[in-house]
Amino acid sequence: MVEEVLVTARFNPKVDPSLSIWSWEIAVYLFLGGLTAGIMCFAAWALLAEKDKELPFAHDRFALWAPIVLSVGMTTLFLDLEHKLHVFRFYTSFQPTSPMSWGAWILVLVYPLMALQVLSTLRRGYPLFAGWLERIPSGAELLDVCERLGRPIAWWVLPLGIGLGIYTGVLLSALSARPFWNSGVLGPLFLVSGLSTAAALAIIGARQAGEKHFFARADLTLIAVELILIALFLINLGTGAEQQLAAVHMVMGGAYTMPFWMWFVLPGLLIPLVLETFALRGIRGFALIAPLLVLYGGFMLRYLTVELGQLSSWTDYGIQFDPQLLLRLE
Amino acid sequence: MITYAMVIDTRTCIGCGDCVVACKNENKIPAGLNRDWVVETTRGEYPHLSTEFRSERCNHCAHATCVTSCPTGASHYWKNTNIVLVAAEKCTGCKACIAACPYDARLIMHPAGYIDKCTFCHHRVDQGLDPACVSSCPTHCMHFGVLNDADSPISRLLRTRDYKALLTETGNQPNVYYLL
Repeated sequence: MVEEVLVTARFNPKVDPSLSIWSWEIAVYLFLGGLTAGIMCFAAWALLAEKDKELPFAHDRFALWAPIVLSVGMTTLFLDLEHKLHVFRFYTSFQPTSPMSWGAWILVLVYPLMALQVLSTLRRGYPLFAGWLERIPSGAELLDVCERLGRPIAWWVLPLGIGLGIYTGVLLSALSARPFWNSGVLGPLFLVSGLSTAAALAIIGARQAGEKHFFARADLTLIAVELILIALFLINLGTGAEQQLAAVHMVMGGAYTMPFWMWFVLPGLLIPLVLETFALRGIRGFALIAPLLVLYGGFMLRYLTVELGQLSSWTDYGIQFDPQLLLRLE
Repeated sequence: MITYAMVIDTRTCIGCGDCVVACKNENKIPAGLNRDWVVETTRGEYPHLSTEFRSERCNHCAHATCVTSCPTGASHYWKNTNIVLVAAEKCTGCKACIAACPYDARLIMHPAGYIDKCTFCHHRVDQGLDPACVSSCPTHCMHFGVLNDADSPISRLLRTRDYKALLTETGNQPNVYYLL
C-alpha cells in the first residue's frame, strides 16, 4: 500500500484538489474556433469548386459567419484571462514552443483573411451590406479588387482554416502534464469536429433543398470519421503508460463514463448520424434536430475534453486540509 | 549555466511544516495560497509501515514545460540559471503554465491575477543566502546549492547517499532531490 497525503495546508484555488483552471470559457472558445475553421474551409472550397449554383449559401453567404462566430469565441477566451489588462502581452513576443503563442499570431493572419473572404462574396451574398460599403469612398473599388482576387484569397483561407481547426486540438495535446490531452489524435479530431459542426450550421442556413442535402451527406461522412478518430483516441490512451491508462479509465468505466457516452457520443454523434441517414432517405421531420444535435455534440466534445484533461494528472495527493477553515480567518 | 538544486533528507525531515511558514512569511504569500507543501507517504501493511516526509515545491526543472508553454515569455529562467520565475508584468493569467506543470506547483496569485510560484528565493540567492525554507528548517534536513559544482555540499551529499527526484519520467529534469 502507498498512501500520499498532504500534511500542510495546501489548497490553492483552481489547482487543488484537482485542476479547474479552465472552464466553459475555454470549451466555448475551442468549439467556436473549430466551427470557424469549418466555415472558412467550406466557404473557400465552395468558391474554388465554383459551386455558386449548387451551393449558393456556402458560396456567397457562409463566409460572413466565420468572423462573427470567432469573435464570440475570442470574447469568452478573453473572459478566461486572470489578468485581462495584460492581453496585449500576447503580441509583444512570439514564443515558438508555445501553441498558445502560435494561436495568438495565427489569429492576426486569420482575421484579415476572413475579412477579405467576406468582401469577395459580399455583393452576391449580402447586397444590402455591399450597398452600404459602396457608399463610402473606395468601397466599391475594394469590393471589385476582392471579387477579382476571390480565388487566391480562398486558396489562402483553406490551409489557414485547416490550421486553425488543428490548432484548437494541439493547444491541449501539447500539454504533456495532462495525460488525457496528451494524444496527437486530438488535433485531427477537433478539426473534423469543427468541419462537422460547420456542415451542420450550413444545413440550418441553406435555403435550397439540394444544398441541405449536400451538407447532410457531407456531415454524415464527417461524423463517421469523427467516430473513428474518437476510437483511435481512446485506443491511443488505452495502450499508453500508467497515467494515460488512468486517464482513459475515466470514460471507460470510471466516473465520466456516463457523461462521455450518454451525453456526448450518443446524442451528439450517433443519433444525428441515424437522423441524417433518415433525412437523406427522404424521411422528413428531422431537418432541424439533427444539425442542432451535431452542434451540441461539438460543444460537448470540447467541454468534456477540457474537464477530463484537468482531472487527469501525474500527481494525486490526498488532502487533509479543510479549506472552510480559512473562512474563520475573516 | 548554473544549476541550483535543493537536496532534502527524508530521513531527518519530521514534516513540521516550518518551511511552508517560512516561505509564506518571506514572500508575503496571501492567506490560503502556498508555494510549498509537505507530503507524508506511508508504504507497507500494518504493522510493517514506513513513513517518508517530503517538503515539496516547484522543481525548477532544467527542461521546464511551464516555460515552453508560456505564450508571452512571462515564465522564464532567471539569469542563465534553472530558477524558473514569472514576470508579473508580462503574465496574462492564461494559466497554460499551470496546466503544463506535472507537479501542480503553480498557483494563481489572487487578487492580482498573475501566476505565482516558488522562486527558490532568488532575491536571497542573489545575496549568497539560502532560500527561506532551507534556512528555517529546524532539523537541517534541507540543503541548497549549485548542482554543477562537484565540490558543493549538495553534490557531495548526492554522491554519498541514495536519492530520488520526483516524476523524472516526465522529462522535465527536476532539481529538487530527496535523500533516501
